[in-house]
Amino acid sequence: MMRYLIPLFAFMILAAFLLVGLSLNPRQVPSPLIDKPAPKFQLNQLHEPDKIMSSDENLGKVWMLNVWASWCVACRDEHPLLVQLAKSGIVPIYGLNYKDERNTALQWLKRFGDPYAISIVDSDGKVGIDYGVYGVPETYVIDKKGIIRHKQIGPVTVDSLEKTIIPLIKELQQQV
Amino acid sequence: MARQLNGVVRAAGFVLLLLLLIPLTGWSKEAIPVAEDPEIEKRMLALTMDLRCLVCQNEPISDSRAEFSNDIRREIREQIKANKTDEEIIQFLVDRYGDFILYNPPVKSTTVMLWFGPAILFVIALGALIVHLRRRRVQIEDISLSQEQLETAEALLNEEKKGKNV
Repeated sequence: MMRYLIPLFAFMILAAFLLVGLSLNPRQVPSPLIDKPAPKFQLNQLHEPDKIMSSDENLGKVWMLNVWASWCVACRDEHPLLVQLAKSGIVPIYGLNYKDERNTALQWLKRFGDPYAISIVDSDGKVGIDYGVYGVPETYVIDKKGIIRHKQIGPVTVDSLEKTIIPLIKELQQQV
Repeated sequence: MARQLNGVVRAAGFVLLLLLLIPLTGWSKEAIPVAEDPEIEKRMLALTMDLRCLVCQNEPISDSRAEFSNDIRREIREQIKANKTDEEIIQFLVDRYGDFILYNPPVKSTTVMLWFGPAILFVIALGALIVHLRRRRVQIEDISLSQEQLETAEALLNEEKKGKNV
């Protein structure tokens, strides 16, 4: 009996590992920045280029930083959701306009809607490197103390918003 | 008249043929140096060979033409110029992108299986093989033949030899 059971168990263990492997996404590289202070930045605003926005201005509130660009196709997929989220007033979204051109970026916002409280310009991608950006769109949830609590790599989906992001934001907003 | 024209056409044809024989030089610009300082470039290349491009995952940053790799290369050049050590630069990148960016990740609790998993599997497999071979050796028993059986066997073999000779 054991003769047959041992290979069966071995196979089942192997199958379990492979099954887990199938559901993993190698593109979702865990960010070392989770639960670490969000990198500070001082960047020019997209709409009013003479004005500078500093990340410190957002201390004391829960906010979302969405990395986007007009050349990014996947950004279009998530954009209606961001517009909707912004309308709901649950959380302010700040846009990091990543390696883009000002005019096309402004046109893009005009065409698809502007969910951002403020869009800031990272034309050479320096702040992007600080945030560990490697695939746009990426979205960060940052808490009142300026700590990164969540990073979404790739477009935000209805599922990720409802199951992870919004509950997390509500929880963080409860904290002092 | 016709003859003259014929001559002109021939001459023109000949000139055309000569024109075709002119080697067309490919005019290309001189290669733009990748960096002003080859020393920096050398260090940058050595560093990026062991770094993973996160966009194209199975390519080192040194070989990759992805926008991401361009940015990292530029960042590394700038940091080398700013007199950062190799360790500082690697740490800078690990802080932002995690150990995943390293092709040679450090040994720590999350990477133990990565480093030693294959060796552990090998030891288990080797153990199983040894156990299996030992068991098999026990199973093989020498069957001793009686004198009578030996004689019969010899007789049968001899018979066969004779049969072949015939």
